[in-house]
Amino acid sequence: MANSDSKRVVVTGMDAITPIGNSLEEYWAGLVAGRSGTARITHFDPSQHASQIAAEVKGFDPGDFLDKKEVRRMDRFSQFAVIAGQRALKHGGLEITDLNAEQIGTCIGSGIGGLKVLEDQQEIYLTRGPSRCSPFMIPMMIANMAAGLTAIHTGAKGPSTCPVTACAAGSNAIGDAFRLIQNGYAQAMICGGTEAAVTPLSVAGFASARALSTRNDDPATASRPFDKTRDGFVIGEGAGILILEELQHAVSRGATIYGEIVGYGMTCDAYHMTAPVPGGAGAARCIQLALKDAGLSPSDVSYVNAHGTSTGANDPTETQAIKTALGDAAYRVAVSSTKSMTGHLLGGSGGIEAVATCLAIANDLAPPTINLHDPDPDCDLDYVPNQSRPMAIEVAISNSFGFGGHNVTLVFKKYRS
Amino acid sequence: MSAETFEKVKKIVTEQLGVEEADVKPEASFANDLGADSLDTVELVMALEEEFGIEIPDEAAEGIATVQDAVNFIEEKAPA
Repeated sequence: MANSDSKRVVVTGMDAITPIGNSLEEYWAGLVAGRSGTARITHFDPSQHASQIAAEVKGFDPGDFLDKKEVRRMDRFSQFAVIAGQRALKHGGLEITDLNAEQIGTCIGSGIGGLKVLEDQQEIYLTRGPSRCSPFMIPMMIANMAAGLTAIHTGAKGPSTCPVTACAAGSNAIGDAFRLIQNGYAQAMICGGTEAAVTPLSVAGFASARALSTRNDDPATASRPFDKTRDGFVIGEGAGILILEELQHAVSRGATIYGEIVGYGMTCDAYHMTAPVPGGAGAARCIQLALKDAGLSPSDVSYVNAHGTSTGANDPTETQAIKTALGDAAYRVAVSSTKSMTGHLLGGSGGIEAVATCLAIANDLAPPTINLHDPDPDCDLDYVPNQSRPMAIEVAISNSFGFGGHNVTLVFKKYRS
Repeated sequence: MSAETFEKVKKIVTEQLGVEEADVKPEASFANDLGADSLDTVELVMALEEEFGIEIPDEAAEGIATVQDAVNFIEEKAPA
């Protein structure tokens, strides 16, 4: 629970590069329209793979934003974060100067890091030997480099870190940034998640773990959270970045405030490497802790942006967790999985879903869960099926759960002075 | 200096360092004029080794400061 000295923290800037749009406006338009970003994989020839579909970022040329040399020495997951980070600052009208640089930091999570560069260099190692491996391999590959490079490219010299908690990484990054500002360690943070793991090895590994949808003949309907016929998640890529800022700092510079972050919960299932604990007790406790942190009760929540992966295990377990945590109120909230449209961005998902949650609050509109035609009997909440819904949204939460049993819930609220 | 070697070096340097061809003059310093940092230099040396089928030991690489230095070293070592 926040102590009496803790600062209020607001969202003053956002950006997203996603499978359904490469800007904040396009992303939101895609969510409202219920557009699917899933198609046959183009990054490599998937014909030997069980899962041949992904939600790739389309028509993205990093050269439109970065110079040629910078593009060459950044893995795609860092390119997404650096560009989204720079644009989020611009969206928030926050200029980093010599005077404030030390008070502004970066906290950008990634579940996987630069897998593409690792795969390419492994090939070079095997075919041409160790002396031909790139000196950029390690710095390009390590998962923290998105946070490091975003700091380099924006001049943010405050706290800089990178949670690597699989599919919870982006939400952990935003929660950690919230705590840093709340406790006075930074005035503003560039935070969120990024991922670019649509690579042969990653797709093969997730498929072997039986985590991916193999609905190869109908990609646009493959991500179908809470539907009875769901058969796994669709791997996605991209980045979502928020500018979190201490309230007085934001007010004093006349910033536009898109919402307030008021709660952060995290727990661990301590149960299994990939499976959620049956019954969802870990996730339920996470939601409860986040609401307690926010000083809110279950009946205050209007909208839940679910983790909602479209896997057999997640969706009913998360449904149970929401019911345990919210009690009777669970049946009155709108719950949607935007992964039905964007696919699952792994460590990037918490980033773009926090953006979606803030936009839902700002626009009083819940994005839908698409491809939901025949709900699983164990999934009996209101999932906003197939059509976005205008509704008053005062408080919304965003769930993210990662391999390792990491559970994270963020609570956002409409800003009221 | 053979124009052919220089042209090949110029092409590699342009590609690796992301600079304009016009800036890759014989007297240009990799570090001071073309913006190469320590990692760029390692990568550039590897690319030159590949292109010309030679080995450039670290001690020799340290002595290569300009485009002209690289061309000279290559012409001395490269198989005719």
